[in-house]
This record gives sequence, structure tokens and C-alpha cells, in this order.
Amino acid sequence: MDIFKTNRRDFLKNTGHLIIGFNLFPFSSCSTTENEVSYNTYDGIPERAHINRDLIDSWIRLDAEGHLTVLTGKQELGQGIRTTLMQIAAEELDIEMEKCHIINGDTGQTANEGYTAGSNSVEGSGKAIREAAAEARDFLLNIIASNWNTEKSHLTVKNGVITGPNGQESSYWELLDGTYYEAKISGNAPIKSPKDHSLIGQAIPREDIKKLVKGEAHFVHDLRLPGMVHARVIHPPAYGAKLKNVDLQTVHEMPGVLKTIRDGSFLAVIATREFQAINAWQQLKESAEWELTEIKVLPKNLFEDLKQNAQAAQVIEDSPGIIQKINQSSKKHKATYLRPYHMHGSTGPSCAVAQWESGQLTVWSPTQGVYPLQATLSDLFDIEKENIRCIGMPGSGCYGHNGADDVSAEAALIAKHYPDAPVRLQWMREDEHMWEPYGSAMRIELQAGIDSQGLITTWDTHIWSDTHSTRPNGNAGHYISARHLENSFEFKKGGFSGGSYRNATPLYNISSKRLQLYNYDGPLRTSALRGLGAYGNIFALESFMDELANLADEDPIEFRKNNLDDPRAIAVLDKLAKETDYHNRIQQSNTGYGIAFAKYKNSAAYFAVLAEVEVHHEKKEFHLRRLTGVIDAGQCINPDGLINQTEGGMIQSASWTLLEEVRYDERGILSKDWNSYPILRTKQTPEVKVHVINRPEEKPLGAGEAAQGPVAAAIINALSSLLGKRVYKLPLREYFEV
Amino acid sequence: MALILKINGVEKVLDINPQEPLLYVLREEFGLNGSKFGCGLQQCGTCFVLADGEAMPTCLQPCQNFQEMDIITIEGLADGDKLHPLQESFFNEQAAQCGYCLNGMLIAGLALLKKNAKPNEDEIRIALDKVICRCGTHSRFIRAVKKASETHSKF
Ligand code: FES
Ligand code: FES
Repeated sequence: MDIFKTNRRDFLKNTGHLIIGFNLFPFSSCSTTENEVSYNTYDGIPERAHINRDLIDSWIRLDAEGHLTVLTGKQELGQGIRTTLMQIAAEELDIEMEKCHIINGDTGQTANEGYTAGSNSVEGSGKAIREAAAEARDFLLNIIASNWNTEKSHLTVKNGVITGPNGQESSYWELLDGTYYEAKISGNAPIKSPKDHSLIGQAIPREDIKKLVKGEAHFVHDLRLPGMVHARVIHPPAYGAKLKNVDLQTVHEMPGVLKTIRDGSFLAVIATREFQAINAWQQLKESAEWELTEIKVLPKNLFEDLKQNAQAAQVIEDSPGIIQKINQSSKKHKATYLRPYHMHGSTGPSCAVAQWESGQLTVWSPTQGVYPLQATLSDLFDIEKENIRCIGMPGSGCYGHNGADDVSAEAALIAKHYPDAPVRLQWMREDEHMWEPYGSAMRIELQAGIDSQGLITTWDTHIWSDTHSTRPNGNAGHYISARHLENSFEFKKGGFSGGSYRNATPLYNISSKRLQLYNYDGPLRTSALRGLGAYGNIFALESFMDELANLADEDPIEFRKNNLDDPRAIAVLDKLAKETDYHNRIQQSNTGYGIAFAKYKNSAAYFAVLAEVEVHHEKKEFHLRRLTGVIDAGQCINPDGLINQTEGGMIQSASWTLLEEVRYDERGILSKDWNSYPILRTKQTPEVKVHVINRPEEKPLGAGEAAQGPVAAAIINALSSLLGKRVYKLPLREYFEV
Repeated sequence: MALILKINGVEKVLDINPQEPLLYVLREEFGLNGSKFGCGLQQCGTCFVLADGEAMPTCLQPCQNFQEMDIITIEGLADGDKLHPLQESFFNEQAAQCGYCLNGMLIAGLALLKKNAKPNEDEIRIALDKVICRCGTHSRFIRAVKKASETHSKF
């Protein structure tokens, strides 16, 4: 262990480019017109490049002024991760939340934690932060124990103040006294027992919501740097279109226009004011002539094409002779389920700010992964990663791989033509709707057999799907605009990931199971959307479970329980039945009930849900009245955060399920705005209620995507019971559209 | 052409293109952040302000149309450190995930409460229906407006 007493700030302002003296927004100073806005906040710890994951202060830093700063490579996406991670650190150290701060992904400061995805931030970053905090506490207690000549076990800590057996007191900060300690995480420091927790398990409010209600700067969209200019990209009218002609001259004469950029089919404009950039964008859009390529596979034959033109089966799980076994079962069933393309559809179009100075690039980005962004920009510009700094900032909720990475790359491409000035690029609504990568359409065929006891014995799954991950993990060809450049980058799809069959294997006890995946290269751009394939797979699997329950002549909850071993799975179903008084519900001919269950990824949170759908018989109008969910995410760090995220997932999934489908024809995407791609609004929103099963002794489980699949199936199950026939194709617009 | 706009009680004389939609003027001339670009098509409500008490989109309407109007943005609601009751209620209900839509929801709710301090749930749902929220925070926004109406009678 090294201990040096030095001027901390001098020490920390060391190494070269990475520490370039930008203070992170919202501590940044504002341009002239915003001088009235003053940020009266703690100005943060000095910046230092991340060195190594084993160091305590790679994750948490205590400074001499009485603050705790947590560093995480994970991004705030609206899921409340900032509060959750601060709670974890504050708990281990016994520090008040008010003294806590957090820095999210920044290649100049934080650890490389890949992408903030797959609901694993608490399991991953949370664990590292917890261990670092426990180690720091242990480290400081060791020092004070020896200073006071006592045992660690005789010390107590409250609000950052250590008290000794004779009433001696020292705060962490007095103890540190500006000394810089560098210590490693040994992994041996005692972690607090859950029974001693006072912050974990509490519904600590998110302080950032206070800023939001006051309209304070928060998003990357709100970043204003001195000398900043505004840009817009003129995307092609359709995939693969080539720019033939465009009138740049007229645009150059427009007020405020600083520069136009044309590189192959990549077309952009920079102006002084945002509205000037938009006017120029409009003008360029009108004058540009494109050579179009037609989309071959159209919606009317998409689901047939999925089956006919996919690759050969990839056997994920096999059970020889399964078809024979199914045929020999006492009862058997077969069905096909279809889900369309869905969009992320962020409320705020993607936005980023980029700046080139002396060959070095800084990008302020709402990306889910600053290090993968850095690696991919390094590929795009063919420069060393060390010359690129990516600073993660909150964006509009993204729910997976949306336009955030593309806009960051485009801002950097544009800024390269206008060095020194920070260039802010925001997409227009149609850019977001037409160019984001969608959640893939899927076709799922299921077959199963049950025995005379109502137990499932065999289960056969076939999935046809395009990829659920084209994140630009180091390959510039994954940026849409990199493909449009004169020297274009090739998009190599490859790497069909396990995302397509996520949750396709039933958690139920089934002795013979087969799972086959057929990768498909579809007509639309696709990538990770909340839950990936789990949404489609659980929609199919849990719809099918209701059909099997019906075949076995059993209640859907009891049927599921009979086929489950996992006590936590059974517990969420039992709690759901109890909270909704399910077994005593009054059967009304105008209300349909549907339930569904899943353990996300078969390894994360357990979630069960009841959907209640009402019908106006004369009007043949359906209405989703209520969704009640039960979630077990193991140790619950912040119950309100968990509930908020789960409610959000439920409403979003209801929206996908009831209304959504990306429309397109041979000339391109037709879903260009909120009228051509309607989503759920407040009038149609169901009542939602979430119950939490907290298990403080268990490890925290990822929960952000747990609701997506089950909600779809529960709604279908409720609707089908009202219709007296099954529905196999999403969305359910014909029933629910108002 | 000089143009006079009154935002949150502060009047400014501006030398800008009168056709520029108010949204960009708020962000660039007044340094405000609350109203945001969401669609630029009057479909989503993220750019709402309270204009003479009505929730109005600002992403298309030229700023000159707002002259003479009393414009309140979300930044103009708190009284120093003291939050406006509806802001308080949004915070208490923790009504936000990413929060991008929050401005629209809050302004739409406030416009309703100014006219009808005791709305029923349907009235709240109708008022907030103009605003897009992709995170699915709808039920919390509805509750936040309702709770505020239960504890206050004037907005
Ligand atoms: S940005 Fe004005 S309504 Fe959408
Ligand atoms: S909270 Fe994210 S869009 Fe509403």
C-alpha cells in the first residue's frame, strides 16, 4: 500500500490529455446568455483517469471536504441507478445520503463496465462499489484503531463519524486530512449484514427528480459549452439510398449557416442557432435527390419470409426423439406466435455534443457504454483511443440500443469538419423514428405434450428472428452514417447473440426440451430493445401455458405452480393470487383475467402479473383496465425505485402489445412520428400496482426488463378469455385502438 | 425587428427572427431548459409552456405570436427554494424515470388545475393525454396531479 501526503489536487491533475480540465456538467459554466443560471453545488472531486478496478478509489472517493463520491461505469437511463449505487456505498460506510455524489461513465475517470444493459448494473457495479466501500471503511477503521490503541470491534460509525470506546471522535474526513491513500480491494473486508442495514431497503427519493421538476439542466440536450454551434444530419429517405445531387449553394446563403458537409451520402449542416440549422436541414431535405433501393420483404409476407429465408437451424438445446414423445403424450398442443418490429421511440430525439481540438476528440453522449463508444470512434477515425474522451450524460430514456450511439458518432463526424467548436447535434423526430434500430420481428412455434396428471413432459421451441444486438462494439460499420460515407465502413452483422432465445427455455419442470433458433436477415435495422428476445419468447411461452392449462382443464395459476419447483417462482404467483384475491374473484362476463409469469433470463428477477381487460359487448371495444404485478428481485436496495421501474416496464410493454408495430413499405419506413406510430397515452393507460417481495438475504437481481414479456402474455390471456378464442399475433390494435 | 417577450415575469427585448419558434428562443435567449424538443410537430408536449394559463406547444409557433402573452415555464414556478405545490407533488410521488417528458406533464397538469382545482381522474387523464411519455411513468403523473389537487385548492 502506498501512502503519500501530497497536495491532492496537484497529484490528481497529472496525466496528459485525459485530464483536460473540463468540469462535468452540470457544474460546467454556461455561455453568455445563460449567465443568470448559477449552479450552487459542490464542484466535485478533481478528475483522474481510471487506473485499475482493484483500487478502492476507482469506485469511491472520500475527500477532505466531507463528501463521498461514487464512480461507476454504468449510465443513468432513468432507472434510478445513481441513487441505488449511492445507497450501497453510503450503507457500507455509514455516511448520510446528502453527502454522496456520483459520477457515471466517463472514459476520463471511471472503470470500463461495458454497456449499461441486461439489468445487471446492481449485480455488477453495485457489487464492486459495495466491496470498495467496505474496504475503505475497514481501511480507515484500522488506522484509527491503531491511533487510539484499540480494537476495530470497539469502534462505531455514524454519519461518517467514528466513535471510540472512550468517547473519542473523528470523522472520516478529519482522519484523511487531505492525505491521499491508495489501497487495494482485498475482498476480505467485512460486508455489513443485511440485518444492520439502515439505508438499503429504504425508499430514498431520487434527488435528481427535484432538479427535473425545477427544469434545471440535466440532459445532454441541455449542455451548452462556450462557442457551441448546432448541427443537423439529413438522413437518406430510406435504407441504402444514395445521394445523387444536392443544392448546397442555396443553403450557404441562408442565415446562420456556417458549413455544410457532404461525404458520400452523409449530409449535414452546421449553423449558429438551432433553428437556423433546422431551416437548413429542411432546405437540404427538399433539394437532395437520392437513388433508392427497394425493400424486398414487405409486411404482408414478413412472417412467411422469416420462416422461408432464415439460416439453417441452430440447435441450442436438444432432446432426441422429442417429436415422437410429443405425439405419444396423453394431450398435445401446437401454436405459432408472431410479434412485429417495435421501436424504442425515445421521447427526446437522440442528441450529443462533440468537439475536436488538436486532433483530440471529446464526445458528450447519452450512450449506454462510454468505453465501447470510445473504441468504435477509434475505429471510425483511425486514431488511438487515448485521443478520445467519451463522457456519459443522461439522455431521454433509451430502453436499449437506440439512436444514442449513432448520434454521438455523427456529432463527431460533423465536428471534425469544424474543429475547436463544440458541435451539438440533435436528431429530428423522423430521424429517431426511421433510423433507430428496432426490436426484431419474431416468429415462434411451440409444441408440447402433457401427461394425464397435467404435468408438462415435452416442449419443443422454434424461433425465427433477426439479431437483437448490433451494438457498435468497436466496429464503426455499426454506425448507420459510417455506412453512408464516401469511404464507407462495412456493416458485418454476424454475432447473432443469445438475445434471440432469451427466456425461450421454460423454467417449468419438463424432462424433454428442444430449442432451435433460425437466424434471419430481415428487411429492417434491428438491435437490443428492452428484454431482447425475451419479450417475444415469453409472450409465446406464457400464452402457450394458458392454452395448456386449458387443455389440462386447470386454473392457469395452479397449472403453472404444479409444473414449477422453484419456491421463489411459486411465491410470486401465490402473492399475486393473494393480493388480487384471484381465487375469489367475481366472474363477470365483461371482464377477462389473464396471468403470466417469468424469471427474467431464467437468472434475474421473478415477476408475475395479472391483467384485467374489460369489454363493452355492444361496442366490441376492449379496454385494459388494470395490471397488478409481483416482483422478487432478491435484496431490494430501493423499493420505490424498483416499483417505479417495474410500473414503467408494465406500461411500456402494454403499449407495445396493444398498439405498436413499425410500418413500412417498399420505399421505406412509414412510422415517422407519433401519429404514424401511436403509443399509449394517459387516457388509455391501465391502473398499475406493483407488490415487492423483498429478500434481504439474497443477492440483488436485475429487474429493469422483468415485466416486458409477462405483461404481453397476461394481456393476451385476458383478451382471449373474453373472446373465447386465442390471439396469436401482436399488436392487438384491432381490439384496443380507440 | 425588435420583439418583446415576457417569460416568468421577466421582459426581454430581442433582436431575432420573429418566425423562430418560441422553444428555441427560450433555450437560446433565456437559457431555459425545461421546455424541450421532442417532435417539433405539436404531437408530444415536451415543449409545453403555460401561455396565459393554457398549456401550449412552442416547437412550431413563431415566437412573435407569444408577444403580449404571459408565459410561464417550469423554471418560473418555484418561489426561491420553495417548490410550487405541483412540483412538490411530482417530487413526492417520484414521478419521473428519465424525466424528459416531465415538463410537458407538469405544465399540462398545471393548466388543468388552474381551471379546475378539483379534477376527477378522467379529467386528469384527458389533460395529460397530450404528452408522450415513453418510460411508462403515466400512472405516477396522474397520481401526482391528483395528490396536489387534494392538498391545495388554488394553483
Ligand atoms: S416538441 Fe412540441 S409538441 Fe413535441
Ligand atoms: S419519464 Fe421518461 S419519457 Fe416520461
